[in-house]
Amino acid sequence: MAEVTEDKKVDTDSKRVHTYPLIRHSDMNDEMKTEAMELCVTACEKFASNNENAAKMIKDTMDKKFGASWHAVVGEGYGFEITHEVKNLLYMFFGGNMAIILWKCS
Amino acid sequence: MPPKQVKSKTAASLDRKRSKRGDGDDLTEMGDGTEQDDWMQAKTLVKPEDQLELSEAELKEEFTRILTANNPHAPQNIVRYSFKERQYKQTSSVDQLAVHFALDGNLLHKDSEEARKQFNRTGLAETKEAEPAEGAAEAAAAEEGAEEGAAEEGKEEGGDEEAATAEPTKAAGKEKKLTNQFNFSERASQTYNNPFRDRGTVTEPPPRASFSSNVTQWEIYDAYQEDFEKQEKSKEKKVIPGRKEEEKSKKKFQISETSSDDITRVETAAKIVERMVNQNTYDDIAQDFRYWEDVSDEFRDSEGTLLPLWKFSFEKAKKLAITSVCWSPKYCDLVAVSCGSYDFMKQGSGLIILWTMKNPSFPECFFETDSGVMCLDVHPQHPHWICAGFYDGSVAIFSAVDKREGAIHRCTAKNGKHTDPVWQVRWQKDDADNNMNFYSISSDGRICLWTILKNEMVYQDVIRLSLPDVSAEGPDGIKVATTGCGTAFDFHKQKDYLFLVGTEEGKVHICSKAYTSHFIDTIDAHNMAVYKVCWNRFHPKIFITCSADWTVKIWEMKDTMDKSESVDETRKPLFSFDLNNSVGDVAWAPYSSTVFAAVTSDGKAFVYDLNANKYEPLCEQMVAQKKKTKLTHVEFNPTYPIVVIGDDRGNVTSLKLSPNLRKMKAEKKGAPPVDEATKIQREIEKLEKILSMVRNQPTEATA
Repeated sequence: MAEVTEDKKVDTDSKRVHTYPLIRHSDMNDEMKTEAMELCVTACEKFASNNENAAKMIKDTMDKKFGASWHAVVGEGYGFEITHEVKNLLYMFFGGNMAIILWKCS
Repeated sequence: MPPKQVKSKTAASLDRKRSKRGDGDDLTEMGDGTEQDDWMQAKTLVKPEDQLELSEAELKEEFTRILTANNPHAPQNIVRYSFKERQYKQTSSVDQLAVHFALDGNLLHKDSEEARKQFNRTGLAETKEAEPAEGAAEAAAAEEGAEEGAAEEGKEEGGDEEAATAEPTKAAGKEKKLTNQFNFSERASQTYNNPFRDRGTVTEPPPRASFSSNVTQWEIYDAYQEDFEKQEKSKEKKVIPGRKEEEKSKKKFQISETSSDDITRVETAAKIVERMVNQNTYDDIAQDFRYWEDVSDEFRDSEGTLLPLWKFSFEKAKKLAITSVCWSPKYCDLVAVSCGSYDFMKQGSGLIILWTMKNPSFPECFFETDSGVMCLDVHPQHPHWICAGFYDGSVAIFSAVDKREGAIHRCTAKNGKHTDPVWQVRWQKDDADNNMNFYSISSDGRICLWTILKNEMVYQDVIRLSLPDVSAEGPDGIKVATTGCGTAFDFHKQKDYLFLVGTEEGKVHICSKAYTSHFIDTIDAHNMAVYKVCWNRFHPKIFITCSADWTVKIWEMKDTMDKSESVDETRKPLFSFDLNNSVGDVAWAPYSSTVFAAVTSDGKAFVYDLNANKYEPLCEQMVAQKKKTKLTHVEFNPTYPIVVIGDDRGNVTSLKLSPNLRKMKAEKKGAPPVDEATKIQREIEKLEKILSMVRNQPTEATA
């Protein structure tokens, strides 16, 4: 019995959903990084059901704050190969199933 | 208004012409008109071609016509419906007026009421302006006339007069000529266009990089899982070393998390640069360290000097005393020192500092501790392990290579901590299970063996120093066994089990690891606390002690066999040197069996070579910069001819031994280099030779 319960514990542990934002890769400076991360979180929470709008919001806001030509991709599954301006890349996960890639290239 | 006037004027002129052509009765105008017609074109009467040519009689014939006011075209039978009589009736009154042409004009007669009003409103100003202008013109003309008259005297005056009168009228006419307000003239001009020039420049594009990845649910999941585990681990780490450190490490963790591009990347480069700078700054000292030899040594036999080289001082150690010094067994430029306080009333934090001779300006590495560090030892095989004893009785081990802040292991009150300050710690060979272990001695009378297991440190009491002959009486008559207070120990170089223990009572016990409560031998060596006991590095039976009773003594361990025979004899030292102050530390030189150094509380360092002088030191030198500074510890470098001396102000001074202080046994020229064993043998022989002299007259030797 003890074993079974332990197994269950482990199971629940592994199935625990992590929803916090997790920066996977970024070469931004800290200030920009936190701002961008917070923006992504806000956008994804606001448009939880519409990735397109979320991406649009991220892109528009970043354009306003840090100058033009930002690109954002929000989705659950995709592949990408991008060229970005150095110090302007953020690749993060959010909500346990969402990946956001945000970069600048003009 | 002006156009009206113009028109009225033209009308007037027309009238005039008509009158001229017609009757010619207006004589007054005739003169004017002829004059005007002079420059005007002659007028010809234009007749229509089909005009009847009538004779005079026909022209004079009269036709009588009666004009009536009746409109011939007006209808005469207008019938209208009369509402009064309710029938159609013919109306008698017929409108005789016929309008053939109507035109609303904008002309006004000059004399009409309206015109006058308008003149009053606007024309007033004009007339006023005109009048002075006329006057001016007349005056000018008069002047002209006068001048002309002056110039041409005797000419016909009448003609002049005429001209003068004619001119003003002309001028007045000109003045009255009004401008046509609709008479616009357009002017345009073209400026030159500046020539265009193209100029271009290309900037470097901002640096770019490529990045690619794939997003899948399992990747996201894995990333989260990994991060989560990392967090868990860091949490676990934080929990172990206690709450204060937890907060500290938390902060550190956050800092290291947030600043990814910190200094660690350039750490090695920075270190090299720092050392280069130091090499330049302390170049003269480095030169002295390598090449300076006191030339005067050649001319004096048994005297030497100590040349101060680098002085190591650290801001945080300023108020602490150096409590022990230990050279690294692997890196001959690295020395570990512990800092604490010997003053019972002034206990505080402690420090472990690793100094390198390559960088005297800042420690290579240091650990801050909450309690004063009283002793340390560097592991001979693994030079990054440092064991330390604290004033609060605990012992700990540190690792110089780990980036950890504090100790790797530290004992607590629960697992064997001493109850009094730990005065000395010493690494031992790894035990049978290859676990590192070290001994500690404390004034609570215990000597403990600490063994480092995988993640804990276990202890074992090796010996309890008891004083069998003295037992204190408790308040209610209970006998309390008093314990001796260990202050120093040293392990025999060859015989693993054998070690010496110095106590606060001035006794020196020769002990074996095999017996926990029995001493092989006990010597009443000093009258006050023994500060250091030390086996000779070459001779297996000789050891040296120093004490607060101002003396340094050299002893020989007797064989246990003849101990019973001559108990008294062991009580006497082979040599005894009085240094006139409390002797903090004594150390044998690594290169000679007869050389040792001692430091005293009045700031002096002594170096003896028994081979050269059995009674006097070869060198007695003031080392401390300030008068009241006490010297606490001394240690020889294992390879270079230098010693480091610590004082009670946190400074460590390195000094070079002059050639007389490190005289080896003179080697014959051309002799093959001797190997280690024979060297040791020779050293032992050298010491033995001196000893044999002393043994014969032991009383003489005690100076």
